[in-house]
Amino acid sequence: METTRLVIVAVGGQGNLLASKVLGEAALISGVPVRMSEIHGMAQRGGVVESAIVFGEATSSIISDGEADILLGFEPAETLRAINRCSKKTMVITNTATLPPFTVGIGKGNYPEVDEIKGLLAAKTAGLVSLDAMALARKAGSPMSVNIVLLGALIQTGALGFTKENVIEAIRRRTKPAFLEKNLKAFDLGMEAAKTN
Amino acid sequence: MHKLLNDSPGEKIMLLGNEAIARGAVEAGVAFATTYPGTPSSEISLNLFQMSRESDLYFEYSTNEKVALEVAAAAANSGLRTFCMMKHVGLNVAADPLMTLAYVGVTGGMVILSADDPAMFSSQNEQDNRYYAKFGGFPMLEPSSVAEAKEMIKDAFELSESLGQPVLLRTTTRINHSNAFVTLGDIQKPYTQGRFEKDPHRCVTVPAVSRGLHVKLLDKLEKATELAEVSPLNFVQGSGKYGIITNGVSFHYAEDAVKDLGIEDSVRILRLGFTNPLPEQMIKTFLGACDKVLVIEEGEPFMEEAVKAFAQEEGIVIPIKGKSRGSKPTDLFSRLSEYDPAMVREKVANFFEVDYTPAPRMDTADIPEIAMRPPNLCSGCSHRATFYEVKQAAKDMDVICPTDIGCYTLGFMPPLSMGDFVVCMGSSVSTSCGFSKATDQKVVSFIGDSTFFHSGITGLVNAVFNQHNFTLVILENDITAMTGHQPHPGVDMERFGMDTFGRVNIEKLVRALGVEHVSIVKPFKVKKSIETIKEALAFKGVSVIISQEPCILFAKSIKLKTPRPFVVTDKCTDHKECINGIACPSFYIEDGRVKIDADTCVGCALCAQICPENAIRPLKK
Repeated sequence: METTRLVIVAVGGQGNLLASKVLGEAALISGVPVRMSEIHGMAQRGGVVESAIVFGEATSSIISDGEADILLGFEPAETLRAINRCSKKTMVITNTATLPPFTVGIGKGNYPEVDEIKGLLAAKTAGLVSLDAMALARKAGSPMSVNIVLLGALIQTGALGFTKENVIEAIRRRTKPAFLEKNLKAFDLGMEAAKTN
Repeated sequence: MHKLLNDSPGEKIMLLGNEAIARGAVEAGVAFATTYPGTPSSEISLNLFQMSRESDLYFEYSTNEKVALEVAAAAANSGLRTFCMMKHVGLNVAADPLMTLAYVGVTGGMVILSADDPAMFSSQNEQDNRYYAKFGGFPMLEPSSVAEAKEMIKDAFELSESLGQPVLLRTTTRINHSNAFVTLGDIQKPYTQGRFEKDPHRCVTVPAVSRGLHVKLLDKLEKATELAEVSPLNFVQGSGKYGIITNGVSFHYAEDAVKDLGIEDSVRILRLGFTNPLPEQMIKTFLGACDKVLVIEEGEPFMEEAVKAFAQEEGIVIPIKGKSRGSKPTDLFSRLSEYDPAMVREKVANFFEVDYTPAPRMDTADIPEIAMRPPNLCSGCSHRATFYEVKQAAKDMDVICPTDIGCYTLGFMPPLSMGDFVVCMGSSVSTSCGFSKATDQKVVSFIGDSTFFHSGITGLVNAVFNQHNFTLVILENDITAMTGHQPHPGVDMERFGMDTFGRVNIEKLVRALGVEHVSIVKPFKVKKSIETIKEALAFKGVSVIISQEPCILFAKSIKLKTPRPFVVTDKCTDHKECINGIACPSFYIEDGRVKIDADTCVGCALCAQICPENAIRPLKK
C-alpha cells in the first residue's frame, strides 16, 4: 500500500481538527491505515492549527518539510505560509476566502493579494485547486461548514482514493446530527467546485 | 455513556493519544486518579474526570502536582491502583515527594505519567524527564505509538505491583496529540476499597529507616533490570550489521527511514520501551552483533551515554554515535527540539554511508512577507482590561511586571506589554519579593487564580513575613482557562451542576495571610478600577488587587454571558486609542476607519470606555 501524506493548515476555529477526524474515520471505513498528528493549545486564541495525516503503510505520524503529497489550506495566506511543506510534486487545495491576521486588520502587517498567492502556489507545486469555501458554506446554509466544503474538494481530486460514499458515512458518524443536512450539501458543493476548477 | 466506557471489546475506534491512555487506565482497573492539568497531558485527566462522574473511579483535580502526587501516594499505599498524571514541568513541582516515594514504594499499583514536550509546543522548557526515572529509581516505560500507549499503561500497573514500586510512564506530545486506530480491550472493574496497613519501618522515612530503604530500592532496581531483560517491550527487529537503538516516536521514524533507504537487510533495530533500568545484557549482546551503532532518541543522550558505558565494560570498540554537543547543525542528532522522518532518514544515511540525496528544499525567496498570526488574548478577555488599567495607573512609574503561567502570559506582547519575567508556576509572587528588595523600581505582578492556588500562596506568605513592597494582581476568572477550563479550588462547582465540592474564597484567604491592603476591582468598570489600582500602588508594603471577571470563553460556554456587540459610530475622529491601546482582535480597519467585527465582539465595553469621543456604542438590533 502506498503512503499518502496530507498536511492541513487552518486558523483556530475553522474546524481543521474535525475535518481531520472525518478523514480518519473515512480511512477506518475504507480499511486504510492512518496516523494523524495535531498541534493544539493556542488554537482558541487565534493561532494557526496544523494537522498531519499519514495514510498507508508508513509508521510515522508527522510529515517533514517538502514531503506533503497534498496540502489543504483553509485560509489562503496560511496555505502559502505552509509552502515549505510542499515539493514540485505536491497537490494544493486552498480556500480563497481570507481571514487576515489582526495586525493586517489594523493596517500594520502585509497580506499578499489572493491572486498573487494563487499564482505562487500554482507555479511551485504540481497543481492548485482553489475555491471560495466560505461562499459555498454560506450557500449550504452554515459558515461553519467551510471545513466540509474543503473536504468535498479534496475528495473530488481523487488524491486519497476514498469513495464519496465512505466519506459521507464518516461525516454522518463524526459531525452533529443537527448539522448533517447542511454538511452534506457543503460536501457536494465542495466536490462540484473542485470539478470545475 | 462516556465513549471511553464503551464496553465492546474488540471494537476498533479512532482515539487521540490522551484518550487512548485514559481508556488504557480504565481497562487496567484504575481506582484512583489525581492531576494538575497541563498541556500536553490535559485530555487524559479531562476524560478521567468525566468518567469518574459515571463510574467507581475516584478522580480529583488537585491544587498542584506535589499535592496530586502525595494524594496518589497515600491511595497507592492503601492498596489501590492509582494513576497520577502531569506535564513534564509538573514533575519538578512533585519532585520532593517523588524522590522519597521511590524509597517507600507502594502496595497497590501506581503509575506516574510525565507528558514531555520536545519542541515546546506549549511549555517553557523541553526538559527530558527520563532522568527522573534514573535520578529517583523508578522503572520507566515509553510508548512509540498511540495504540501502544493504551496497552503500556496496563503493563505499567503490573510492573508496579510486581516490584512494589511506582512506574514512570513517559510520553511526548506526538503521542499525546496524535490520533490512531485503537482496539478496545476488556474493562477491568476497579478495586476501590483501600486499607492502610501500618508499616513504620517502610513508611516513616526518618534517617534510620531510609538508610535501609535505599538498600531495598537498589535491590528492586536489580530485579527491575532482570524484568527489562526479558520484557517484550524491548525487542530487536532485523538482523544486519548496522545497529540502531531507539525509543518512543523516533522508533517509527527510524523504521520508515530504513525502509525508504532500502537497507532493511543491513540494519537491526533495538527498540527500547522499558528504558529504566536499561536491559544491560540485551544491549551488550546487540552491540556485539553490530559493526557500528546509531542511537536515535529525542531530548538528551540518555540511552547513548549508557550504551557507550556498556560497550566500554565489554571492551567493544565499534563506533557508537548519537548526539552532537553544541547547538550547531552537524551530521549527528541534536539535543534541540523534536525529530522528523526526513531528518532521521538523512542522519541514518550519513552514518551508515548509504547513497541518498535529500529532495531539494522549496525555494521560498520569492514568497512575499506574510504577517504572523501570534496567539492573542480573546475578544472580551478580562485580562486585557486589567492590564490596560494597571498600565494607566502606573504610567508615571518605573515598573517591573513579573508575570506567571496562563493565558495572561500573552499580556507581555505589545501594546499591553505587561509581563517582564516568568520562569514557572507561582514565580510571579516570589520574584516580586526579590525584585522589590534588589531594586528601587515599583513592582506589580500578575497571577491567575488557579496558579495562585497552585503555588502563589507560599510566596505571598513570604512577602508578608519579610515585609516586601509590591502589588500583586490576582486575575480571578473563575476557571483554569489556558488548559481548557478545568476547575480549581476557587471555582463555584454548582455552575457545573456538582454539589460535592467546597470553595475557597480568595479575598478571605489573602486577608487571612496578613496582607494589609486588599482591594477588589471589576475590570470592565475602567475608571473606577484605575482609581482603585492607583491606591493599591501607592501603598507601602504588600498590596493585593483581586480582579474579578469570568473567562469570557467559559462564560459563553455556560451561557453566563450573551454577546452584545458594539459598533463604532460616526462620532469617531480617528484617535485610534482603542486599537493602539488595547489591540482587541475584534477591531479592523476598512477604508481608513476603525470598525468592530460584530461576529466576534462580545460587548465587554472596554473600548467604549477609553474612546475619547465616546464614539463606540452598543449595536442597535
